[in-house]
Amino acid sequence: MMLAEGTSRSRSLIVATRSTRGAVTAAIAVAAAVVMIAATLALMEIDAASALAAFWRGSFGTRYALASATLVRAVPLILAGLAVAIAFRAGVFNIGAEGQLLAGAAAGAAVAGPLTAAGMPALITLPLTIVTGAVAGGCWAGIAAWLRARFGVLEVISTILLNFVALNLVGFLVRGPLQEPTRIYPQTEALGAAARLPMMIPGTRLHWGAAIALGCALLLWRYLRDTAGGFRLKATGANPFAAASAGRIDVSAVSTRAFLLSGALAGTAGVVELTGVTYALYENLSPGYGYTAIAVALLARLHPLGVIAAGVLFGALDVGASAMQRDAGVPSVIVYTITAIAILGVVAASRPMVRR
Amino acid sequence: MIEAFLEAAVRVATPLLLAALGELVVQRAGVINLGLEGAITAGAFASLLAIETGSVGSGYAAGAAGGAAVSLLLAVFVVTLRGNQIITGTALTLLALGITGTLYRAVHGVEGAALSVPTSGPVAIPGLSAIPLVGPAFFNQPFITYGLYLLVPALWWWLYRTHAGLSLRAIGESPAAAATAGVHVGRVRMLALVFGGALGGLGGATLVLAQAGTFAEGLSAGRGFIAIAIVVLGRWHPWGVALGALLFGAASALQYLFQAMGWPVPYHIFLALPYLLTLAALAGVAGRVRAPAALARD
Repeated sequence: MMLAEGTSRSRSLIVATRSTRGAVTAAIAVAAAVVMIAATLALMEIDAASALAAFWRGSFGTRYALASATLVRAVPLILAGLAVAIAFRAGVFNIGAEGQLLAGAAAGAAVAGPLTAAGMPALITLPLTIVTGAVAGGCWAGIAAWLRARFGVLEVISTILLNFVALNLVGFLVRGPLQEPTRIYPQTEALGAAARLPMMIPGTRLHWGAAIALGCALLLWRYLRDTAGGFRLKATGANPFAAASAGRIDVSAVSTRAFLLSGALAGTAGVVELTGVTYALYENLSPGYGYTAIAVALLARLHPLGVIAAGVLFGALDVGASAMQRDAGVPSVIVYTITAIAILGVVAASRPMVRR
Repeated sequence: MIEAFLEAAVRVATPLLLAALGELVVQRAGVINLGLEGAITAGAFASLLAIETGSVGSGYAAGAAGGAAVSLLLAVFVVTLRGNQIITGTALTLLALGITGTLYRAVHGVEGAALSVPTSGPVAIPGLSAIPLVGPAFFNQPFITYGLYLLVPALWWWLYRTHAGLSLRAIGESPAAAATAGVHVGRVRMLALVFGGALGGLGGATLVLAQAGTFAEGLSAGRGFIAIAIVVLGRWHPWGVALGALLFGAASALQYLFQAMGWPVPYHIFLALPYLLTLAALAGVAGRVRAPAALARD
């Protein structure tokens, strides 16, 4: 515990591992979650079988539920989860995925409107919109990255502050410059067809953002595993002092780059949600994706491929819980409890791997 | 008009300042408590449970206990198990939101029908409350606000004029050095967290007992994170934190003022101002003010 300040920064990071411990953790977390649900159901005198049936029907039970609910929910969680994972791997505690996601969605909405109004085809509008969202997310993270590199401002604090700024900024935009023409509702005008992501599977709501999320995860996995840049990033996160002295790595530049990349991924999550699901910008566009993403990344033990699985799991948890509330009267907030227990399980289980 | 604005500013600032003063002590010990939002929520819920059967006093006591319980859990994970502060804090906020939300609906139905309890109204201090402009704002408030007038100087005195306060600050700067000097780092951090959680819980109880008169999911609405920002804005100093809380209160109260005046100014800009100010303060005064060196690291 009493190490000099710098070494301990990364010391408590959860280091990804291929050991079986991850599976054990997941099992314990799932067991704890089941106990919690059972206790709640007993307290509320709800039939557990009907509640679980509702959960299953709403998440994995039918092809429609899987594609249109669970996987659609998983897309922003995977992208934002990758954002958190890449930052944490580099030793950057980016708690600001939520704000970067909103910045991405807002910027996307700002360019998609004029582009479709100008009659641009989807082939130009969509890529431009999504790239703008990614860049905006990166820029939003860039504020915190710059404050960290230049002034040593803790990114934990600055990213939390920037989340609130982003939320208020969206609140201002949808009541001011970006408000829909009738000026009644606090939201933007619905996106034109050219700015909407097409559906991947006809007859479902699963849009091509799922492919973007999958592609990002694969790219990130290869980047971390096979490239020198990926190695430098991991080395910086594992021990910045060793990386700087033994590896001659420019630690500050590497962590800044990881921070920007993280923001760009979160921004992509926002703009993909805008163009694939909501088709309009409004304040509650994200029901806390950026925060759930932290749980997604941790449960995946910061591994990009694990993030895919964890994203789907949390997506299912989310929509399954909504179905349980709708059909069986189980409060959907129970999901928070389950998420929290999953994170705490990972924290407790990864303790022995922490370097001293 | 101005009186109403000032009154609203102080009203909004009260729960924020309670939570921020607790977080100040925690951060001075080198820990960042991202579970503060959860402590406030737990405190709010516990106070509601207590007031249904007991007095206002028991409501506040239960609020403090609820907040302390959440922070104690954080202390177990961070101090005993040496888990990461940031990750654990985030999880505990979620845990408190989930448990209180579930229990509330379990007790009061899935619709979460608003249960309202009578709020303990303001108590005017004779004489002082008659001062024009500032009188009603500062001296016609619930009792808990007056408690803050004592707590801020007391905390300042404790931090800067007592040996225990020095030990706490030493831990925040260099736990290793403090341990070498014979300070029980883990124990002090644990106590600081329990104290900080209790104050956060009191803030939550204030929301229920003196302001909203009810509990709802998301009642805290990010106040825990705002309190963390206030600690930074207040430069980790009790007086600065008090000013920071008032500034946030004033920024929030502006929206009432604007509505009353019928000004079409977008108040979201003003809501964002305190955060931007905090960021600017962090960057602009680099060198002159800095976080406790060991914050969030150990």
